[in-house]
Amino acid sequence: MKRLAIVLALATAVGCGGGGGRTLIQSKGSDTLVNVAQAWAEAYATVDPNVAVAVSGGGSGVGLTGLIDGTTEIANSSRKIKSKEIEAARKHGIEPKEFVVGYDALAVYVHKDNPIEKITIAQLAGIYGDDGTITKWSQLGVTMPGGAQNDTIVRVSRQNNSGTYVYFKEAVLGEGHDYKLGSIDQSGSKDVVDLVARTMGAIGYSGLAYATPEVKLVPVAQDDAAPPVMPTMDTAIDGSYPIARPLFMYTAGEPQGAVKAYLDWILSDAGQKIIHDKGYAPVRKLD
Amino acid sequence: MSANDGPVPHPPRGTPVPFPARADERDRAWFVDKVVQVLVFAGGISGIVCVVGIFVFVSREGFGFIAHTLDLREFFGSIAWRPTSDKRATYGILALLAGTASVTGLAMLVSVPFSIGAAIYIAEFARGKTREALKVLIELLAAIPSVVWGFIGLTMLNPLIIDVFNVPVGLCVLNAGVILGLMAAPIMTTIAEDALKAVPDGFREAAEAMGATRWQVVWRVVLPAAKQGLMAAVLLGVGRGFGETMAVLMASGHAINLPTSPFDQARALTATIAAELGEAEKGGDHYRALFTLGILLFSVTFAINLLADTFVRGRRKRGG
Repeated sequence: MKRLAIVLALATAVGCGGGGGRTLIQSKGSDTLVNVAQAWAEAYATVDPNVAVAVSGGGSGVGLTGLIDGTTEIANSSRKIKSKEIEAARKHGIEPKEFVVGYDALAVYVHKDNPIEKITIAQLAGIYGDDGTITKWSQLGVTMPGGAQNDTIVRVSRQNNSGTYVYFKEAVLGEGHDYKLGSIDQSGSKDVVDLVARTMGAIGYSGLAYATPEVKLVPVAQDDAAPPVMPTMDTAIDGSYPIARPLFMYTAGEPQGAVKAYLDWILSDAGQKIIHDKGYAPVRKLD
Repeated sequence: MSANDGPVPHPPRGTPVPFPARADERDRAWFVDKVVQVLVFAGGISGIVCVVGIFVFVSREGFGFIAHTLDLREFFGSIAWRPTSDKRATYGILALLAGTASVTGLAMLVSVPFSIGAAIYIAEFARGKTREALKVLIELLAAIPSVVWGFIGLTMLNPLIIDVFNVPVGLCVLNAGVILGLMAAPIMTTIAEDALKAVPDGFREAAEAMGATRWQVVWRVVLPAAKQGLMAAVLLGVGRGFGETMAVLMASGHAINLPTSPFDQARALTATIAAELGEAEKGGDHYRALFTLGILLFSVTFAINLLADTFVRGRRKRGG
């Protein structure tokens, strides 16, 4: 039924464009991408008034599941599709097609009064990893203001199936490693930053776009020898920031009609300007 | 009612009608009676149908997992809840059980004295307008949505606990326990008050006739007589705490951890389902493991309610 409706909608868009009602495109998934996806959808209404884009969040997994179930045309994802999900999609006769629509520097956040100046990937793994031994700020050579209770590192993480959680695990903890249990698991990117802002001893990871004046961004170094790099859009594009990840949109098969036009527009300079304004890195340097 | 009402004309008033004939008559009243009977019956069993339906639905998703994938020793004995691990997914709920138990336990410590105290005051001491105002206010307390309670825990109790106790983070068992205690208090107060009201006045009058003070009447006569009902009130409060989700998710810190002090973070069974079900792959192991948690929650709350019910029944038997 749903599939039929989509086919009909596409046919309308391709065939005449002006004939029927507005074409509806569902764009669902990643919470990291939801703000920029919303901005794209709103701006696209002026580009092509005959196409309405409905955006919803829920997480990368939700979007990809929706793509497989046929309940969404575009799955927004902050992680690469898993081989298991590709298999599931093929079972439904869908061949997922991948588009990189931008980059996100995964920033390491601490409280604004935390004097830390840099952190290495190995130190992050020592804090978050299941075999990590770093539990105090003093182990990193950081003297926290405000007494001994602030020396304890309060690990803030994400719920275990968010795209951000998965990417941080792969990029920082390394293949085959798990998180240490006992972290405070928040259900959204913004919640992580909010909690870090309220908690003196906290450390958390979240998209760069969620930075506020209430928190401090820590420059990250690949290892002790490498220079620490501040997460910015430029360092995310040129690849010098070690934990920047591509952001994806997936379609069911080669996109057609309205969906194709929408994705082409997203990858055009006009679309990429919007992702830049929302605090993410575009796929290429814009003038 | 006119005589022409209904399919069969009634005989004029006063004419004697043989009883069996009247009873067999299928007039409008007879049909109305049947329809209402069916409606009331449907309403009456709808609760049962819903409970059975929910149990069947939750079981269908969860029991396959219990039978095939689940290692019961790991399930109840391990704290490692790692359903999305690439290395090896583990489903240990010990920490989640401990989280739910500690938060609910602390909530009861907070709310039982307050609720029973409030119930005693309302039932035995308060008079007139004070009494009515208190009852309305307590019912109002029950109407506050749980997400608002969670918000209070997050934005008011969290900094307060950090300041007062000098701990690194204020989202902890204490925070969630206090919030949950306040949430459970209204239902406990209302039921406890009913239990106290159900103690026959003759008991009080007899005690007063013997020269007992009001407090002696309450402590020695009314409370022992209402014991069963008060137990039921406490148990229903426990059930409320056990099943509460949103406020606990927001206030407890939501960390997989065996709490050893009130300032440790904890994670509840309900909050785990709420946080993870949305993104779990439908039909996958993680999804079904979450439904297994659902079965567990359902069974425990069912057992608690059943126990509370037997207490209430016991009270009725003694009281009647």
